[in-house]
Amino acid sequence: MATTTANPTYRLELTSSPHVHSRWSTKQAMWMVVLSLLPPIVAAVLFFGFYQLLVIAVSVGFCVGTEAAIKVIRKRKVVIEDGSAVITGLLLALVLPPNFSLFFTALGAVFAIGVGKEIFGGLGYNIFNPALVGRAFLQAAFPVAMTSWVVPNFADAVTKATPLAIFKFEAAKVESLSPMFFGNITGSLGETSAIAVLAGGIFLVAIGVANWRIPTAMVLGAIIFGGIFYLIDPTKYPTPMFHIFAGGFLFGAFYMATDWVTSPLTSKGMWIFGFGISFVIVVIRLFGGLPEGVMYAILLMNGFVPLINRITKPKVFGGAK
Amino acid sequence: MGLFNSKTFRGGVHPFENKELTEDLALEVMPDPKTVIISLSQHIGKQAKPTVKKGIEVNAGSVIAEPEGFVSIPIHSSVNGKVTNVHPEPNTSGFPKDSIIIQSVEGDGLEKYPPLNPVSVTPEEIKERVRLAGIVGQGGAAFPTFIKLSPPQDKKIDYVILNGCECEPYLTRDYRLMLEKPEDVLTGLNLIMKAIGVDRGIVGIEDNKPKAIEKLKEVANKFPGISVEVLETKYPQGAEKMLIKATTGREVPPGKLPLDVGVVVQNIGTAVAVYDAVVKGEPQLYAALTVTGRGINNPKNLYVKVGTPISDVLEYCGGVKDEAVKVVVGGPMMGVAQYDFSAPIMKATSGIVVLTKEEANAAEETSCLSCGKCIDACPLNLIPTKLARFTMLDRLEDAENYNITVCMECGTCTFECPANLPLVQWIRLGKKRVLELQRERKSA
Repeated sequence: MATTTANPTYRLELTSSPHVHSRWSTKQAMWMVVLSLLPPIVAAVLFFGFYQLLVIAVSVGFCVGTEAAIKVIRKRKVVIEDGSAVITGLLLALVLPPNFSLFFTALGAVFAIGVGKEIFGGLGYNIFNPALVGRAFLQAAFPVAMTSWVVPNFADAVTKATPLAIFKFEAAKVESLSPMFFGNITGSLGETSAIAVLAGGIFLVAIGVANWRIPTAMVLGAIIFGGIFYLIDPTKYPTPMFHIFAGGFLFGAFYMATDWVTSPLTSKGMWIFGFGISFVIVVIRLFGGLPEGVMYAILLMNGFVPLINRITKPKVFGGAK
Repeated sequence: MGLFNSKTFRGGVHPFENKELTEDLALEVMPDPKTVIISLSQHIGKQAKPTVKKGIEVNAGSVIAEPEGFVSIPIHSSVNGKVTNVHPEPNTSGFPKDSIIIQSVEGDGLEKYPPLNPVSVTPEEIKERVRLAGIVGQGGAAFPTFIKLSPPQDKKIDYVILNGCECEPYLTRDYRLMLEKPEDVLTGLNLIMKAIGVDRGIVGIEDNKPKAIEKLKEVANKFPGISVEVLETKYPQGAEKMLIKATTGREVPPGKLPLDVGVVVQNIGTAVAVYDAVVKGEPQLYAALTVTGRGINNPKNLYVKVGTPISDVLEYCGGVKDEAVKVVVGGPMMGVAQYDFSAPIMKATSGIVVLTKEEANAAEETSCLSCGKCIDACPLNLIPTKLARFTMLDRLEDAENYNITVCMECGTCTFECPANLPLVQWIRLGKKRVLELQRERKSA
């Protein structure tokens, strides 16, 4: 049948088209997220001391260890080199208060990966952001430890309320935004320095790992929903800028809400998701029992993602509206 | 580059172009091979019926098969020689096809049709000549061109768009044709416009081909009604629907044809073939193609006789390197990987891309992380990851509701997927199953 053959000894691949790939892999994207977390990590160490590196190490170590252990138990391939457990560990540590107990950190990490991720089948199948699941667990289990805030740069650990708690429980407003911008305030490890979060977050958006629509929608949402209340009564409600720079808003917007797995697929869905998170944050902060609402807002909206995906099916090219 | 002054469509991707391997190499004529294998299925539609038997002597240009049915074309011998056999042979599509095998001999007995004057020729004469010359679309689908020149009476056509995008990475044969034969390209377009009765023609060219744009713009001054549009370099800019959107703003609805929005799209290679058939009287005996990739020793742009075995072409280009892992006929985004190098060059073959391991970059598949990159990339606004998933789970109704049949299999989703999922491969399977389901429903 064959008339001539150039060289019969070739081994050829016969997979179907396309035959080339963007070379952009999940693994690369994950390690880019790790890289982008360096500024908040540096800020955490600068403001709260070297002990925080231990918290980070324990969190990462237990996340990776838990994932590996569960994969082994389930007789699945261990794929910790994809970096996703490392990210969960870093994110969890960065939303903990300074000087947090290493034991509690480890518990949170085991819960984050075990219940937040692996119970659903591992990477790609979880509904809720694993790091926030871990934090929610710690918040419920150890509420006191989770709300003792050390003042930055004080060696002998003076505690003070966060700007959000001052607003909530002392009905007072923080005068200047500039410490919130640089991070010289009380708060969770990675959340206090807006400039560090923005540096890492904008990098993530620029390289296309984090979708720009989600943080944009969240910031616009905070301006709109926060702005409405501020305009209603400027003496009672904080400015939209306060909403954006206080607590975990920016950290949540750039690092938590943009998690691929637990955010919507479609562009329209991402806008709805971002606005929804901001709306819930503003409502919790102004009317809820808690000073901060970023974590619950994101977890709540995570739960809506399948529904959002369903209702935002894009109009097919050339199709009727 | 080009973002603000070039027209385009939503979605798409930017593969490494790799056109530098061959873009500066002029098209050269490859000598006739010893044997040609001329498939009777050079086109979409019913295969042609052989009119020759074993032992018969033929000239280049002799008709060796007659059309059977309407969507079919005559087939010509591409060489002087003797028919040695008529039977199924390997084919670049992956499936053996009935073919006429001709042993070539020296000689210059080219059989031609009488040349026609491009100015005085009538629309009917053009259509008949294009049919007789056996011209098929050079864009890949190989649809008989004469049918596209005779749109149904009730369709009002106002544009012929010539596809000069060549958006597939690596390939440069359309680029070379535009550079080397700009007059032929535009005369061919003009003849196509005349045949259809349209007075407006557009050549859409991606902005990564400034020399071709310049050349065609210069020549286009001589052709009233023809304009050159600069388009953003982005895959799949050359897909019919994307090209029409970018040049005219019109969207071809799902399940409809360009005709339905008043447009006929033709390829650069087709325009040249029409010119050759009408003005020179030559049937389509050559395929212009790019032989490229980092796995071939001497990349080239070639005119190759239809029916030449791939192995002869590879040898003519210095042979395949040891690092080569894949031989693709067509472009790397939509072409077909070959397993038998005796398969012949077809009329619509646009390239042979020999990829090395590094270029083919087969990476390990991980799980979908719902990043949405496939959705951003899909030019047709589909949700590839869901379509693939529905197929895996055999949820065909869901796949149908998510418009799986609209997919044109351009592969942008798979190209872009960071988890390396074979999305378009799953979708191809799902599409086939959904179409079967729809046929069953119809017959039930």
